Amino acid sequence: MLFKVFPVCELNHLFAVLQSERIVGPVKKGEDQHGRSLYDFDLVRDFADLHLDYSQTIHSAKKYFLPYRENLCTFTFEDGDWQKEVDYGGSAPLVFFGLHSCDINALNKLDKVLLGGRYPNSFYAKKRANVFIVGHSCTPQPFCFCKSMGTDSAIHGFDLFLTRLDEIYFAEVLSARAFHLLENIDCHEPDSVEHRRYLEAIAIRESMFVAHVDTSDLTKILDLEFQAPVWLEWGKRCLSCGTCAQVCPTCYCYGVEEHVDMDLAHGRKEKMLYSCNLLDFASVAGGHNFRPESHTRLKYRYYHKHRGFVEAFEEPLCVGCGRCGQSCLARITVPEVIASVRAGKE
Amino acid sequence: MKESKTFLGVPLARPRVAFFELSSCEGCQLQLLNNEATLLDFLSLMEIVRFREGMKEASDDYEIAFVEGSVTRKDEEERLKGIRKQAKVVVALGSCACFGGVNQLKNRFHDLAWVKKEVYGSSPIDTQEVKPLSAIIQVDLEIYGCPIKKEEVERIVTLLVLGEEIHHPQYPVCMECKARENICLFDLGEPCLGPVTRGGCDAWCPSNRMGCWGCRGPAPEANLDQLQIIMAERGISREQMLDRLECFGGFAGYLASQDGMNGKEGTKEE
Repeated sequence: MLFKVFPVCELNHLFAVLQSERIVGPVKKGEDQHGRSLYDFDLVRDFADLHLDYSQTIHSAKKYFLPYRENLCTFTFEDGDWQKEVDYGGSAPLVFFGLHSCDINALNKLDKVLLGGRYPNSFYAKKRANVFIVGHSCTPQPFCFCKSMGTDSAIHGFDLFLTRLDEIYFAEVLSARAFHLLENIDCHEPDSVEHRRYLEAIAIRESMFVAHVDTSDLTKILDLEFQAPVWLEWGKRCLSCGTCAQVCPTCYCYGVEEHVDMDLAHGRKEKMLYSCNLLDFASVAGGHNFRPESHTRLKYRYYHKHRGFVEAFEEPLCVGCGRCGQSCLARITVPEVIASVRAGKE
Repeated sequence: MKESKTFLGVPLARPRVAFFELSSCEGCQLQLLNNEATLLDFLSLMEIVRFREGMKEASDDYEIAFVEGSVTRKDEEERLKGIRKQAKVVVALGSCACFGGVNQLKNRFHDLAWVKKEVYGSSPIDTQEVKPLSAIIQVDLEIYGCPIKKEEVERIVTLLVLGEEIHHPQYPVCMECKARENICLFDLGEPCLGPVTRGGCDAWCPSNRMGCWGCRGPAPEANLDQLQIIMAERGISREQMLDRLECFGGFAGYLASQDGMNGKEGTKEE
């Protein structure tokens, strides 16, 4: 790993150099009723709109790789015959400016599923290929449990990672492109004092985590507690609304629908991000629903993320960003659900 | 004159379609005329033989009947039964037809005679308890919303012509609201029925910063007990929540199941 240091005031030059391409970053989208700022990822044209001090965005950056709705193909019907056209989308390069470790790790996890398997997802691959990622350090929020998920720092999946140390940025340089990018601004190799400051900053951040999830033996505990009554309690609260999956940076499940245009000359096959918490997620041909009760669906989501995925990839399909708990109107949070299952509450 | 249409070489019949209105504002029918960009394609799929908002001619020879409005008079009941006899497919169009709509708000009063007097004064009309179409006849298909969403009708009509099965979204409004990345109205301190209301409207109201009033009725899995807790935790009164749930009639079943919750409002005598 190569490290560089540059003054904070140089950052807008970095932004300006990258601005030849579209830049996505955290922007302020409003305030809640208590005056707290609400953030989301969006295209940023003006450096002043970039809120790198953001706590957490409501939604993840997933939509740029897995859009909520996307055409898998379109059809043209003519003379009793049909033509199929496929557009994978995402050919324009995209810069992500200010992703936290959790969101970088989320993309790394999605890569494992959608690129690493026997059948890579071309739609995802096309969008994922042409991106430049600038990570940014964060301040752990009360709902963040990334440390428990092992995703509190990113070791790959970015080009440049910036840690703010008051008046300077401590930069981790991971790609050749990032290295050459830094030639445009005033930066230098860190000295021993700056090394120490960086390590101190890491230690302070470490001490700020409040929420924790005990993951020791979790796959086994989940198996043992499959019939635990506590699932029923969480199921009673669940709204089956899909909000958790929509804001989740790693939920990738989807449904597919076919549509014929009213002119009967065109059609399309549309993919829509779906959620295992939705009533008809496990409905199959013939009308049977494998998970008609909300607690079975909620449980399924936890088993996929914290058991099935761990068995397949030796890591959970959760980065501890806490978004699902923050957006859940019924206040169902991962740390509380897992703690209750571990406690084997009756 | 039935022009033949084909899809993938298979000839398709253009169904004869009639539009009817019972007690309603006819806004749902007007919605159908609103989207001019797709209007010609829409009209080319069917042969419309009766549509008061758009034509003078009116025929009683039709296969599909779209009926807007709720049943509030005896003669409407008879008319509806006549439509059922003629039509192969009866479609309830909009919240009034599906649930009674805004009209059914009067049902909450015990004394309909008093309601009539308050509203119509010295020129009363024949009016009775408001009912959805399904209380009188068998309805084949419901299109929800106040008003209906043109895009949804277009999708459904296309499927009808193609002879495909028609599925409504099973998820609540939140799903589409999150996909539009709206700020949750509860975060703004406002009530919203999005978590329990059937989706498919693309979160029309919440996307315009207005909380959902449940015009599409309950989602097949609507956790109303939890919604009540959510509202209470955020300082939104039970009365405010009930006002919303009562508004379009879709939640009548839930309200009736709640002890003491749907207590009809007493008649105020002055």
